[in-house]
Amino acid sequence: MIKRKRLPGWAGKAALFLAVLLVTLFFLQRLLMPKYMSDIVEGALTAEYYEETTEHEVLFVGDCEVYENFSPITLYEEYGISSYIRGSAQQLAWQSYYLLEDTLRYETPKAVVFNVLALKYDEPQSEAYNRMTIDGMKFSKTKLNAVKASMTDRENMLDYIFPILRYHSRWSDLSGEDVKYMFRKDKISHNGYYMRIDVRPVKEFPEPDILADYTLGSYAMGYLDKMRELCEEKGIALILVKSPSLFPHWYDEWDEQIAAYAKEYGLDYFNYEKLADAVGIDYNTDTYDAGLHMNLAGAEKLSGYFGQYLKENYELTDYRDDPQYQEVYAEKIRFYEDMEAAQRKELEEYGEIVSY
Amino acid sequence: MLFTSYSFIGFIGIVFLLYYTLPRSWQWPLLLAASYVFYFIASPSYLIFIGATTVSAYVVSLRLDALKEEQDAYIKANKGTLTREEKKAYKASVKARQWKWLLLCLLFNLGILAVLKYTNFVIANFNGILSAFGSGGQISFVDLVLPMGISFYTFQTMGYIIDVYRGTSRAEKNLFRLALFVSFFPQLVQGPISRYHDLARSLYERHDFNTKTVSYGLYRILWGYFKKAVVADRILTAVNTIIQDPDTYQGGFVFVGMMFYALELYADFTGGIDITIGIAETMGITVTENFQRPYLSKNIKEYWNRWHITMGTWFTDYIFYPISVCKPMLRLSRFSRARFGDIIGKRVPVYLSSFAVWFTTGIWHGASWNFIVWGLMNFVVIMISQECEPLYQKFHNKFDVKENKWYGFIEIIRTIFLMSSLRMFDCYRDVPLTFRMFGNMFTHFRLRDLNAEAFLGLGLTGADYVLLFVCLILLVSVSLIQEKKGSVRDLIYAAPELCRYAVFFLLILAVVIFGAYGIGFDQSQFIYNQF
Repeated sequence: MIKRKRLPGWAGKAALFLAVLLVTLFFLQRLLMPKYMSDIVEGALTAEYYEETTEHEVLFVGDCEVYENFSPITLYEEYGISSYIRGSAQQLAWQSYYLLEDTLRYETPKAVVFNVLALKYDEPQSEAYNRMTIDGMKFSKTKLNAVKASMTDRENMLDYIFPILRYHSRWSDLSGEDVKYMFRKDKISHNGYYMRIDVRPVKEFPEPDILADYTLGSYAMGYLDKMRELCEEKGIALILVKSPSLFPHWYDEWDEQIAAYAKEYGLDYFNYEKLADAVGIDYNTDTYDAGLHMNLAGAEKLSGYFGQYLKENYELTDYRDDPQYQEVYAEKIRFYEDMEAAQRKELEEYGEIVSY
Repeated sequence: MLFTSYSFIGFIGIVFLLYYTLPRSWQWPLLLAASYVFYFIASPSYLIFIGATTVSAYVVSLRLDALKEEQDAYIKANKGTLTREEKKAYKASVKARQWKWLLLCLLFNLGILAVLKYTNFVIANFNGILSAFGSGGQISFVDLVLPMGISFYTFQTMGYIIDVYRGTSRAEKNLFRLALFVSFFPQLVQGPISRYHDLARSLYERHDFNTKTVSYGLYRILWGYFKKAVVADRILTAVNTIIQDPDTYQGGFVFVGMMFYALELYADFTGGIDITIGIAETMGITVTENFQRPYLSKNIKEYWNRWHITMGTWFTDYIFYPISVCKPMLRLSRFSRARFGDIIGKRVPVYLSSFAVWFTTGIWHGASWNFIVWGLMNFVVIMISQECEPLYQKFHNKFDVKENKWYGFIEIIRTIFLMSSLRMFDCYRDVPLTFRMFGNMFTHFRLRDLNAEAFLGLGLTGADYVLLFVCLILLVSVSLIQEKKGSVRDLIYAAPELCRYAVFFLLILAVVIFGAYGIGFDQSQFIYNQF
């Protein structure tokens, strides 16, 4: 008879100790991670996607020029398009690629819209922005690749896998918000759209710098290639856009390179800075921060214009006839309208938006 | 690979697992491989230097042993025929040959250390002299590598070779075992400076997994990380702010910087040694203690018996005593007694040997005048204190305060202030500035400058100060318990099992949550790594 080797007595206790320790660390991690529920809310955008219950035929990827300039609710209301924006602050080209790859784990849209501004950056920029984009991603190989592609010199992969190692120092900054939102967060976006209704007319921007080299970087362009190849492989149409934001400056030389790229691979490319008049953008009324980002009025105009093109050129379903979508979107529209009303109220009361 | 880096923690985790899962006979070869991998990761070129030291020590120690065996065999074979004088003469001739080999080995290894560590210091001084004499010519500095921990492993190896020469240790016949003694990775970068006969046995013998030993080791490691990550690396910000801007931080803040640095250095160095000893302990290896609550010392002499103990004993055994009893020194002593009388005569060898020890201690710490002056200031203070001994005696005869608790407390505080003020030479960029800031501490001291706003300007938040205060109380409490009741770990281990786990739990959480590591902190390497 084979004798079974018994584990020593301490092994069970050590395992129990480890389990208690890990559970405690997990709770502490939830407590210490930033919640992005007030002040800087953009950090909460990435994770909101996983709460979605319906599929999306159009997916936007990019930086603030998508999540502040396109309104999926308008696209639904006007054209019945179900869309989602996977964008976050200073989202770099490779991060957009990995967020696209991440989204394809859950659904396959018919069209992907990529805002090209991020192609101006050819190397990792800022740990804080990296965190806002990546922390919200669900753990997967895609997330690890996104981290690998994005890390600045001082960052470490382990800090992303175990965020407590990054956020442990927040012990002295904890507030009631950290306890309140430990496990459940409020929704802050409308299918990834970050709403602002205030108005700040455009001002003069400083003269753009003269660059030594206008060639868009190979690292960023390499990820545009990967995005295109991934879309081709999945049978998704890739559309390139440049939002009508006036700053940071989008050089003509860059525009020409993107136009040439789009032509070479048969992609659609729209520079809405140049098409602002056709869209009907009025920079005195349609921007909330002097031309950097659209306000609600600007975003709805742009979405209406772009939605028309999408509807005419892609075989997109009109989900307004679908009872399931009707129900889901009724709730989304209510939330959209409530937020708009709340912002208007704040604007009247305080002369500025203070809670959003 | 910093001790506080994730990669190092992963590295020791892997070594630990392999250590207890591989056959026991593989344990010391595994440690050798791990040590060389550790060193290779730091820089492949370092291996050349540590390899040269190991091989030279190996060859010379074997030669020394062979000469000794040859001598013993000769004397045994000619026991009946040799007269006492002949035997003595023969022994002297063997000793002379051994001395030549020893000298060769010392010159070779200390030569490497001297060239790599002090060449640019010599050039800088030479250039200074040239400028002082108005010469426009300057010698260019040379780009030399300074292998990590070279001061530590060179001294440890030279200690071994001298012990073999003296006959207090036998030569290690296995090159690889000797290589492990020289390169044992936990103590490679900041000591302790182990003696061969202290470390060798537990280093090479086979160890079974023992929960008590492993627990003790883990406690020690966690306590070390607590000191380093929570205390030293947190207060570092404030220390750097003060010492890097002497024009702004004057008077009271010089004092604050001095005391903060004393805490930083203590937490940093003892924390590092705790990690070293703890890692070794988890593998059943006993490494010599390097500290015994130095800040509870009542005088500077006691302080040096409690601080960096292995360095102190190394200098005593291999520099102080040999110089004190060498023939020229004995001649000088005789001459001084005859010429100046007993009082001065008997002090000459002690003063000269102590001077040599403290000069070497200073320059061992770093190639700069700051360290040399720091070493010599220690010498001056110790000598003055020694000369004042009769006065102390008179005082104690008159006032019976020696056993008084409060008097003891005052002595401890006095020693802390004294040692902390000497440590200012570590902080400021040069010797004149250090003296100036020392004076400034008294001449510009204004209590009102030490306000909350100014403290918050040092880069620490209110919460940081509260945390540091709690840590300070904890450090002092642990030291007092150790002093009065012995090992704190013995007390923990004797407590109910739940308490043992609770201590682990709290230490891990404290290090993870309150540690000053990662983005937003300037995680520093251990101060003694630089030496």
